[in-house]
Amino acid sequence: MIRTLASRFLGYAILIFFALVFLYPFVIQIANSFKTESNAADNPLSPIPSPVVTDSLVRIFEGTGFPTWLGNSVLVTVVVTIGRVLFASMAGYALSRLRFPGRKALFAGLLALMAVPPVVLLIPKFLVLNQLGMYNSYSGLIVPLLADATGIFVMKQFFDSVPVSVEEAARIDGAGSFRMFWSVVLPMAKPALITLTILSFTGSWNEFPHTLVSVQDPGLFTLPRGLADLVSGSLGAGTQYPLKLGAALLATIPVAIIFVIFQRYFVRDAAAGADKG
Amino acid sequence: MATKGIRGNERPAGWLFVAPALIILGLFMLLPILMALWVSLTRWNGQGSPFTGDVPFAGLGNYTRLFTDEGLARQDFMTSIRNNAYYVFLVVPIQTVLALGLALIVNNRLLKGKGFFRTAFYFPSVTSSVAISVVFLFMFANGGAINAILSVFGLRGPQWFSDPRGLVHLLLESLGISPFLTESGVFGLTWWDWLSGPSVAMCAIISLVVWTTSGTFMVMFLAALQNVPVQLEEAGRIDGANRWQLLRHVILPQLRPTTFLVVTLGLIGTWQVFDQIYVMSQGNPAKTTLTPAFLSYRTAFRDFDYGSGAAISFVLFLIIVLLTLLQRRLTRERDS
Repeated sequence: MIRTLASRFLGYAILIFFALVFLYPFVIQIANSFKTESNAADNPLSPIPSPVVTDSLVRIFEGTGFPTWLGNSVLVTVVVTIGRVLFASMAGYALSRLRFPGRKALFAGLLALMAVPPVVLLIPKFLVLNQLGMYNSYSGLIVPLLADATGIFVMKQFFDSVPVSVEEAARIDGAGSFRMFWSVVLPMAKPALITLTILSFTGSWNEFPHTLVSVQDPGLFTLPRGLADLVSGSLGAGTQYPLKLGAALLATIPVAIIFVIFQRYFVRDAAAGADKG
Repeated sequence: MATKGIRGNERPAGWLFVAPALIILGLFMLLPILMALWVSLTRWNGQGSPFTGDVPFAGLGNYTRLFTDEGLARQDFMTSIRNNAYYVFLVVPIQTVLALGLALIVNNRLLKGKGFFRTAFYFPSVTSSVAISVVFLFMFANGGAINAILSVFGLRGPQWFSDPRGLVHLLLESLGISPFLTESGVFGLTWWDWLSGPSVAMCAIISLVVWTTSGTFMVMFLAALQNVPVQLEEAGRIDGANRWQLLRHVILPQLRPTTFLVVTLGLIGTWQVFDQIYVMSQGNPAKTTLTPAFLSYRTAFRDFDYGSGAAISFVLFLIIVLLTLLQRRLTRERDS
């Protein structure tokens, strides 16, 4: 009895320690966004800004490209998410349910593509965008992100788990492939669609390397790209930590909101990796 | 099975359905790889098209410069391999052990508020790598939070991002051992250079990455832990096994597949570190945070040597593909 009590106490102590380790950086980020520069430099650990100033937030909106980056991020994220969800569910449906020659080869190719590490595609993607005349444009920023192999795989796995009998009734009623997909199967795929939407949203909102090789014009920067420029690029001069932390904070908020609302989907998604192996 | 008639219209529909994804993936994944393979055999400088006759053909020159030709190209590449190897060597075990430890604690049935702790540990994994790099840059600044904590314990923290000294070098120095094996070496680096250990600057990046990835892997371990049959644990307890024995002989063997997955995913991921390097150090100080991924980017987009940059990409590609194949093969063996 005493032992279990002691071990429970120890368990909580460890948990609280790690919770601090994992969350305190965010506390520091929030607190220092509202500090003066000298206060941030003198008391970086303090969770309470004194005095509380919103100078850096004002400067983020008036003195940096932040509003442009935000607009671009919203545009890219919305278009990419819609595209990914639509194209991935169409392709996933075809690979799972439609019988057509070349299907097996396509799926094998898809698995191979999933193994291609994104980082080694940096120069290659630039080459293609340049060759197609899409470099430094919204199309270059958006179109390459519209389809992802993992999303197609997720949808195919889901459709594989739907019983065939569902479609048979509709087929007897004379529904064509598109009707079947749009009105019968897709509405059933809601959980998979939500997962995919969240994955696509966070993925494209946080996407950084692709923006690095697809655009150069600051008017086309998304938030991560603008932020990186603010820190290490031409704008990086001086410390200005409250400003940088504030901008990073604003970039994190949308994902944080989505995370809090759809927490169980995130967790399920990560756990799925462990089951599949 | 696939008779005509009722399924007869599926052929065009099938291709129509996969067409958008197929075109985009073909255009922006498959085609790029082939184009880059060509460019890696040239000395294209980014001007005009790489497919005209004016572009000097280099054959395997870009590759031999990385491995056999003496010079800066090889030295930088080997330095980046060394740096990344130390990074992998520290990040993978630490994140795996931390993730497993957290999962074991959070999985305890008696604890309250488990949901909160799981969320807290997992949250860093979903945030932007760039945004979080900014936060860690501030924390590891000279007068930043990390050094403030260290000073509480009477320690003077280093100037993290301008300290190129390697940990192993520091350790040897503190033992009074002066540099040795500085005369000989392989691939353009002396044995002493190979032995440096991760630099102080790299340690800051390592701590950031461990912090962001442990949560994801914790969730994987958690899922696996929930599949461990309760009877197994009970049987062990009846047999008089203590907590540690239970963990070693009952729980860990059950977690083998997940551990294996976490380690290989970690290996594949750590060879791709890029965003954090770009934001936090750009390969500095003294090239001790240079990694192959960042080097290939820098070589192409800053030095305008696209041929060498692409060649570095392919070598990195090869490293990662080998690790992926290893993972798939061992996973399949396990399944069958």
